[in-house]
This record gives sequence, structure tokens and C-alpha cells, in this order.
Amino acid sequence: MAHHSPVKNRVLLTLVFLLLLSGSGLAFLSHAPNRLVSGQGISLASLLHGYTFFVLLPVILLVVSAFLTLFGRSHLLVMLLAEILLAALVWLAGYTAVQLTGGNEDSIARTSLGGGFWAAAALCLLIASDAISRFTRNHTLRILLNIQMLIPVVLLLFYGQLSGLSLLKEYDNRSDVFNDALWQHLGILFGTLVPAVLIGLPVGLLCHRHVRWRGPVLSVLNIIQTVPSIALFGLLLAPLAGLAKALPWLGEHGISGIGLAPAIIALVLYSLLPLVRGVIAGLDSVPEAVIESARGMGMNRGQVFFRVQMPIALPVILTGIRIVAVQTVGMAMVAALIGAGGLGAIMFQGLLSSALDLVLLGVIPAVLMAVVVDSIFKFAVSILETSRR
Amino acid sequence: MIHFKQVSKHFAGKAVVRDLTLEMAKGEFTVLIGTSGSGKSTTLKMINRLEEHDRGEILFAGEPIEKFRAQDLRRRMGYAIQSIGLFPHWTVEENIATVPQLLKWPKAKIRDRVTKLLELLSLDPKQFRTRYPHQLSGGQQQRVGVARALASDPEVLLMDEPFGALDPVTRATLQEEVARIHKLSHRTIVLVTHDIDEALALADRIVLLNDGQVVQQGTPLELLTKPATPFVRDFFGGSDMGLRLLSLQEVGSRTRQGEYYAGNEKPLVASMSLSQALSKFVAQQVQQLPVVDEQGQPVGVLHFADLTTTGNAV
Repeated sequence: MAHHSPVKNRVLLTLVFLLLLSGSGLAFLSHAPNRLVSGQGISLASLLHGYTFFVLLPVILLVVSAFLTLFGRSHLLVMLLAEILLAALVWLAGYTAVQLTGGNEDSIARTSLGGGFWAAAALCLLIASDAISRFTRNHTLRILLNIQMLIPVVLLLFYGQLSGLSLLKEYDNRSDVFNDALWQHLGILFGTLVPAVLIGLPVGLLCHRHVRWRGPVLSVLNIIQTVPSIALFGLLLAPLAGLAKALPWLGEHGISGIGLAPAIIALVLYSLLPLVRGVIAGLDSVPEAVIESARGMGMNRGQVFFRVQMPIALPVILTGIRIVAVQTVGMAMVAALIGAGGLGAIMFQGLLSSALDLVLLGVIPAVLMAVVVDSIFKFAVSILETSRR
Repeated sequence: MIHFKQVSKHFAGKAVVRDLTLEMAKGEFTVLIGTSGSGKSTTLKMINRLEEHDRGEILFAGEPIEKFRAQDLRRRMGYAIQSIGLFPHWTVEENIATVPQLLKWPKAKIRDRVTKLLELLSLDPKQFRTRYPHQLSGGQQQRVGVARALASDPEVLLMDEPFGALDPVTRATLQEEVARIHKLSHRTIVLVTHDIDEALALADRIVLLNDGQVVQQGTPLELLTKPATPFVRDFFGGSDMGLRLLSLQEVGSRTRQGEYYAGNEKPLVASMSLSQALSKFVAQQVQQLPVVDEQGQPVGVLHFADLTTTGNAV
């Protein structure tokens, strides 16, 4: 351990150093006259003139604070600096995009975010996350503080400051398609989660109560899990198409070899392993003595299950559902290949027409959705756990 | 109160309890003792039907226990176990209120009862009511476990090695508490243990089990002084036999009444056990010690030599 080192926070110093490196080394933005040609990189340094120099102020303050010994709430200042820096970078990107088109909203010129921007934004979030974890050990508070980091960015987006960026232009051009895709994606998510939980809970319960079922059930679910997703979609194609042919009323209700039905069936199948594992682990985590006392106190089977076993197992089960939800958001992207729609459809459209911005328009919301779903479940679990420990 | 008539219980074809006939009288403190595998825990669990007996008859309040719904039977019997089994997601108050809530008592009555029980077990209600089990020490958890077992003022209290996991000091304190509660309420208590000193300290009647059968039952003194078989003598005797005998008798029973002692040693109290008195004699290296009653009034003198004679009280 280094005694009396002038650097009090090495993590912060390293992150700020990386931030400066990526800001100066990588292209901050990229500008192209239209969406078909590849763009010219624009460095961050070339954008800093006049009052935009103030963007550097939080960076300097962050460097200074790495040399100070901080306690308690002063860590929140570091978080705020990172938040201001992130907002300033986003604003600068949006502002520049508008400047480059000379304010002409119908311009076909495209200004997209470069590697330098993404790296700097990610580093800002890392700096904040580090400061937050130094500030508090409370999980619930940590999640909330991390989420509020995005508020300024959302506000900038909401007030149209970013509409000059190519991503937003792509959105403007196909906002109807995008909104539909977003709802479809959410539909696939809930359409998967609800049946998965309805099947997974009883199956997990069965495996918990009767140990001899555990081996076979988990083996089958394991095998399903190893099938690549595209292969599983393909495998479902033939039987479902046959089924729809044999039973026409199924076809009338939208069940066929392609589309939503095979996608949801496959995603539910994939969900079962983590879910059943979570249910088993949760129920196993209830101590035998607790169940014996519950019975000894005169609770009947239902009361033991709903008042004792379930509440104690719930955080672990919710963690299982969280994993499934995040996994489903990601896998639903691929389901677009068999016509299930969703954000994956936009992504594949972008891939096929080599339009990177269109790809990002599909991918970024999916990533955000995964992060939000993840946070919501983590938040729920942390609230459940703080109420008892 | 509880009556076993030739009760047997088999697990996987092997008898764990054979032909058990027992009577636990109302208000009596019965201790079931034996080595592990002797069937003592199974015997206890058959009373509240956590284990169902497969031969013979068990009567509770004069009725065969199958006549009761298992849940109803259990709600009339407090139950405390070694690993305590507090519900980790409930506060101390909610834990204690388990049975009253199952019995649908009104809220105010439950609240008062919880307060009373926490006080009874020397836990400050203000401080402990809203805590969670993991915020308590082992001894405090077991106090809450005992309070929970007593919550609905049950006719019978069943305890399965309740103090097994506690350190000796905490265990001794809790044993005193349970003895005090028994004296106060004259509740029927059945306690399972393998700790001989615990059995001697608490029991009105000890039932020694071995291999699923009763070897001997009687008062602690009877089991010590009149062992029915060599097994009983070995079980209770050993090298501590003499000390255990002394621990069952009070100083008052051997005191020479009316004698006067001139020394200025701290006097013994008549209600102390003779084993404590022995300890004082050895520590202070004296042959005689004055004896006073609870109020501090002189009663007489205890002679060291009298410890070894068979006093008229025995």
C-alpha cells in the first residue's frame, strides 16, 4: 500500500485519463453528405472553441478530485461532475450536428456519433458508478442514483436538442415503424414472460417437492438451452406449419410456421431453464427448520407455502425472472428473422441496406430496454431484501 | 394431559419407538432424555402430529389425537425447536404473533400479548418489537422462539432441544427463565434434551429413553439414587454423580437449625443448591458457613461434613 501518495483515487484518475485519451484519439462525430457514403471523422478538439471550452471544466475538476480525500456526500460531487460532463458531451454532439447542416432540417447530410463519443459517454457512466458505490452500500439507492444519470440526456432528447443527429433523423423518417417495433418488442417480452412464469413456477415446485424429477427435467431443459436460437426457430417451422394446416382454426388465430407464434414458443422454451433453476434454488434456500416451525405452529400446507416458503424464496425467484427477461429482450432481436417483428426487424433492415444508423436505431433501444428491465427487477429484489436484512 | 398407550412408530420398517406408555400430567414438567436415535424427538413430534404414530393410542385432554384436526391440535400446543426456525422475513412481533394470527385474534389483543411476552422473556418491547431475526443474538433469537411458542397461551408447551445451540451461560439463563415460566403458569411442558444437567435442573419427571423404549421414569432424585438398570446408572452417574446429587438438594435441607456461627464469611442462602455450597466451602477453605433465608435472617449453620451424610430430607 502506497503511503502518503498524492493520488487519493487511482480509479478515478485512470478513468479520466482514458476519457481524455479516447476524446483526443477517436473521432467524436462522423459527418457524411448523405447516408450512403461513409463519413468523415470529426475530432473533439476541433469542436472546442469559444464557450464550448467549458466542456473541459468538469474534466479538470475530476482530475483535481482524484487528488483529494473525499468522504461521504462529497462523492456525490464527483458523480455530479460526471453527469454534467456526459450532458455536455451529448449537448455538444447535438449542437454540432445542427450547426453542420446550417439548421436545415430536411438536409440529407448525416452526422452520427463516433467511437470517441461512445467511449467518453461510457467512461462518464463508469466514473459516476464508481463514485456512487463509494458513497453508499445501499443497493436500492445505488440503482436509483445510477438511473438518474440519464435524466439530463433524456431531457436533451425531449427538448429536440439532439434532432440533428442521424440517429434521430432515421427515427423521424420512420417513427411509425419504430414505435410499432418498440411495442411489438415489448409484446414479445411479456408474451414470453407470462407463459414462462406460468409454466416455470409449477415445474420448479414439482422439482423441489420430488427430487427424482429434478434430474430428468433439468436435463431436458439443458438440452433445449444448447440448441442455437436460429436452429430452434427453424425446428419449430415445420411442426407449426403442419399444425396450422391440419387445424385451420389455429391458422386463423395467427399460428403458423413463421411469425410471432414460433418466436414466442422458442423464447418460452429458452426461458424455462433459468426460471426453473431459480424457483428450485429459491425454494431450497428456505431452511428446513423454518418449515418445521411453520407446520408445528399449526399452518396448513397452503399457509406454509404462501406465507413462509414463497416470501422467503421470492428474491431468488425474481432474480431468475430477471435473467430470463434480459435474455428474452436480446433473443427477440433474432426472432425478427422468422417474421416476429420487433426492434430486430429494424436492425436487420439496417444490416441489409448497410445503413449503420438504422442498425443502431434497432439496437440501442433494445439495449436500453434490457438495462431498464434489469434495473426494475434488481430494484424490486433490493427492496424485498432491505425489508428483511 | 397427554397419555401414550403402547405407542409404536416405524421408519422404513425399523421401529424407532416401541410400545411406549407414558403419562404427562397437567402442569407437569416432563423431560424426555436419551442418546441420539433413542426416539425422544420422534416421541415429542407424535404429540403434535408432526409425526403420525402407527400403533397404539395417544390421548390429549382425554381424546385420541386423531380426533383433532392436525392444525387445531398444533395451535393448542406451543412448539420450540433447537434451530429456532424464526421466520426471517417477519419482525419479532410478527413472529411471536404467528399463532394468534392463525387463530384470528383481534389486533389490539395480539399487540398486548406480544408486549407481555417480550417482557416475560426479558426483551425490551420498544427495542425488539420491530427487529428482524438476523439482527438478534442467538440467545435473543431463542427467547423470541420461546415467546412465539407461548403466544396463544397454549395448554401444552413442546420443546425439542431448545437450548442445544446456545453457549453455556446463555443456556443457563434461558433454563432459569423457562423454569420461572413453568412455576408462574403451571403449564404442561414436555422438553427433549440430551443434556443431563438440563434435565435434572428443569424436570419434575424425567423419562429416560433408549432404543425407542422407556428405560426408567421418575423424579430426578429417583433416577439418580435408585437407577433401575446399570444403563441408567451409567447414563446419569459417571464421575459427576455426587455433584449432581448435591445440585438437586437445597442448603436448607442440611442446615443445623438454630446454631450460631461467629465467623464473618458471607452467609449461604437456604435456597441455594448444595453443589453451590460445596463450591463456597472449597473456595473459602472453611468447614462451616452461616445460612440465612431469602430475607437475610439467620437460620443456622451448614457443616461441610453434613454434605456427605444422608440428610433427613432425602
